[in-house]
Amino acid sequence: MNKSILGYGLLFLALLAAPFMGAYPVFMMKLLCFALFASAFNLLLGYTGLLSFGHAAFLGGSAYVAGHAMKVWGVTPELGLILGTATGALLGWVFGLLAIRRQGIYFAMITLALAQMVFFIALQAKFTGGEDGLQAVPRGKLFGVLDLSSDLTMYYVALLIVAAAFALIVRTIHSPFGQVLKGIKENEPRALSLGYDVSRFKLLAFVISAALSGLAGSLKTLVLGFATLTDVHWSSSGSVILMTLLGGLGTLSGPLVGAAVVVALENKIGELGNLLAGLTRVEWFNTLGESVTIVTGLIFVVCVLAFRRGIMGEVIALFTRGGGKRAGAAGGGH
Amino acid sequence: MSVSLPALLSQLLLGLVNGSFYAMLSLGLAVIFGLLNVINFAHGALFMMGAVLTWMAMNYFEVNYWVMLVVAPVIVGLFGVLIERLLLRWIYKLDHLYGLLLTLGLTLLIEGLFRSVYGVSGLAYDTPDALSGAFNLGFMILPKYRAWVVVASLVVCVATWFLIEKTRIGAYLRAGTENPRLVEAFGVNVPLMITLTYGFGVALAAFAGVLAAPVIQVSPLMGQNLIIVVFAVVVIGGMGSIMGAILTGLGLGVVEGLTKVFYPEASSTVVFVIMVIVLLIRPAGLFGKEK
Amino acid sequence: MKHWISPIALACGLALAAGAAQAQDKVRIGFVTDMSSLYSDVEGKGGALAIQMAIDDFGGKVLGMPIELLTADHQNKADIAASKAREWIDTQNLTMLFGGTTSSTGLAMAKVAQEKKRVFMVNGAGTSALTNEQCSPYTVHYAYDTVALAKGTGGAVVDQGGKSWFFLTADYAFGTALEADTSKVVKEKGGTVVGSVKHPLNTSDFSSFLVQAQNSKAQILGLANAGGDTINAIKAAKEFGVTKTMKLAGLLVFVSDIHSLGLKNTEGLLLTTSWDWNLDDRTRAFGKKYFDKTKRMPTDLQAADYSATMTYLKAVEAAKSIDADKVMAQLKSMKIDDFYAKGTIRADGRFVHDMYLMQVKSPAESKQAWDYYKVVAKLPGEQVFTTKAESKCALWK
Repeated sequence: MNKSILGYGLLFLALLAAPFMGAYPVFMMKLLCFALFASAFNLLLGYTGLLSFGHAAFLGGSAYVAGHAMKVWGVTPELGLILGTATGALLGWVFGLLAIRRQGIYFAMITLALAQMVFFIALQAKFTGGEDGLQAVPRGKLFGVLDLSSDLTMYYVALLIVAAAFALIVRTIHSPFGQVLKGIKENEPRALSLGYDVSRFKLLAFVISAALSGLAGSLKTLVLGFATLTDVHWSSSGSVILMTLLGGLGTLSGPLVGAAVVVALENKIGELGNLLAGLTRVEWFNTLGESVTIVTGLIFVVCVLAFRRGIMGEVIALFTRGGGKRAGAAGGGH
Repeated sequence: MSVSLPALLSQLLLGLVNGSFYAMLSLGLAVIFGLLNVINFAHGALFMMGAVLTWMAMNYFEVNYWVMLVVAPVIVGLFGVLIERLLLRWIYKLDHLYGLLLTLGLTLLIEGLFRSVYGVSGLAYDTPDALSGAFNLGFMILPKYRAWVVVASLVVCVATWFLIEKTRIGAYLRAGTENPRLVEAFGVNVPLMITLTYGFGVALAAFAGVLAAPVIQVSPLMGQNLIIVVFAVVVIGGMGSIMGAILTGLGLGVVEGLTKVFYPEASSTVVFVIMVIVLLIRPAGLFGKEK
Repeated sequence: MKHWISPIALACGLALAAGAAQAQDKVRIGFVTDMSSLYSDVEGKGGALAIQMAIDDFGGKVLGMPIELLTADHQNKADIAASKAREWIDTQNLTMLFGGTTSSTGLAMAKVAQEKKRVFMVNGAGTSALTNEQCSPYTVHYAYDTVALAKGTGGAVVDQGGKSWFFLTADYAFGTALEADTSKVVKEKGGTVVGSVKHPLNTSDFSSFLVQAQNSKAQILGLANAGGDTINAIKAAKEFGVTKTMKLAGLLVFVSDIHSLGLKNTEGLLLTTSWDWNLDDRTRAFGKKYFDKTKRMPTDLQAADYSATMTYLKAVEAAKSIDADKVMAQLKSMKIDDFYAKGTIRADGRFVHDMYLMQVKSPAESKQAWDYYKVVAKLPGEQVFTTKAESKCALWK
């Protein structure tokens, strides 16, 4: 445990220093939001064993509510974030109530169906702005005093929020509650026979996951200044699954890495292509910028076939095998 | 809102036309899941390949529609066999999730590749001459081609159902997926059967693609809109059930048709509402067996 | 021990994210559009090529500085578009921004450009909000907008005798706006709207909606949708014989759509566009140049991309500065007259020029590939774009 604190502490310091090392704050903030989203999702998939296809509903639904609150009702940012998180929790509770009774693919399909309905509502409702999106959401003043319009200020606030939320996830996983969740994932009938109200645990995990996804969505709206249909579209649900899978299911750092890779991919593939073209002198790489879907598809395929533990999963396995003495560490993946 | 009887009748008939198409498309998916336990997300992309191949045949080689009705499914089916041998067989033992993600990745790959060559506006494919023109039914005009789609779909659906449920080969297949070792002990080549089944399911998707080519603009993204609906159909019908997929496909077509009359904006969302309701009442779908 | 891996891995990620700010040694033009999905044929890569052509034809340099073009694919996601624009401005010293297709991305980028004070020219996006409710002192809406399409198609078709309308509308803000704007014009000119039906976005099968249209017995079927929906609707209309009793009026149609459908499916279709390659010798010359590079004729958006780039560079030269305020002042006072259009840019950022009501030729009338349109009416700019009375833009009062 001490090692992991050291590790995350180093990461936090690196993130604190990032803007001064030349990192672009807005891109970093986007990364942070998606890292939170993926971590929240992983709580449900990696640690409870429930695959949801509908997480976009929490990301986007909260994004719209928070955006509307901050833009039209003029609430301060922290209230907007709270409202968004609450929206995520509420939606998660409703989805959970309906879906928890089912298993496996049926659970996933119910979450997908419910998310599609949320998408439909978002498309129809006037306040979301439909295709144009909810635009011009102000940064406002945190607690009425701290002006967030500077990207740097916003970055540190966002970093603190995401770090706190991540710490919450870590605490949840290491708590007795988290142990029960893992037990449910590994052997549900046994957990039942031990007297645990499995449905209640699953529902609670679902609500927490949805609430934190809502926080991620609301924070994203605050940072970027808008909420659009992309946030509630099923491709966002697919995206977070990819992030978690790529990073490593059931590891804590996996979603962070996965989110970083996927977001970087979406935003930087054109530049990566140009870089590769320059290095290898292969002209075709220049067109990589138009091929986000092809590259994403390839990554999915490779990951599932050869790379199932994800990046962090493989890395950890590598070190666990190598450092035999520590192999027994049963604290669950880090 | 008052709807006249002729208008309602025409919508019901159109709903049945669409429904038979959904049934045809869900059939392949149901076969693959029911017999192989693989959630084939690539179904939409393979459907698209069937349509694009038909267009390519006409455009580059002047090969006509009727030939492609047979040739396209064969080609795409072989491609499916390749996918199964090279990629899918490694993940059978794993959780469903991986099969889904693998085929999702394949979808992105296939659609992306075709898109980079052909763009997205689509390619025009004309209705074959023998089927152009329309029947004047009095209360509406029904293009001959749409009537043909109903007939072709229903024939293939019934034939497939018969093959799987009522023949010896079908019995081997069903037994083979429930208990491969035992069936192998009887001398049946189970892995080969599984490969061919995947190929067959894929060929069904491609056949639907050929049927669709004259109706929907042939575009690399044409499978995307349909895949989710088709999934919903299979889930509602019950993931293992062939008959379930066929009947639900038809039923959904009709329900969608009615929705288009009374609340058209919701016509693409109504399938999800139905799915939630059905799954709450009957957890394994309408005709499914809880596994 | 294993836990220092994460920070290292993420530090590598940070390295990707880092972008050292560049000195102002070049003029950088950024172009963000849909390069890979729904609208990639209408503008997409072809638009980027058109902009590069303009840069090259201008000489590759302005005010002594070389010109560099940056492009990105927003995949129809406003997040990506706005983030990219912001990043280019913050880390690459972007001089001006070009907006591509999809109204939501256009609006998001306009906000970024306004905040950061950069000239923003947009061709692909159609929403009139860009120069109306959400107008900005740095936005130039160059090619077309939904109001022009509505007034153009709606008004001109009624003038030609198409008095009773039925709308097939895509159920989202854009489609609804198109229908509302066109209905208004139709009614003002003495026509009637017999009925309408809304279909979900990305519908493949239109049979049901078309039968409803047929039953309405209206003269004109207005297609208030775009892209794949329009294409599939047109195809089905032909199939169901709708075209025998009704005339189709496409409210947002591009020549690439016609090309992919073929003339057999689209003959007789009425539509409004800002430009066609076959209008006169100047347009044909540009068309040929573009065709030689891409084997496709340019859509009006791609032609607009070239023209807008040229106009911008000329404005920079005339203003002797790349400062956004000075260039905008120059843009709004220049007279523009090139192969694309003739007109001026208004105080609200709207480039006012003529639009054309076109009808698609029959296969017999078409003399070569891409020869698809015949001009039915030329629509003067002052009549088709938003009028001062209708405008809510504070810049134009």
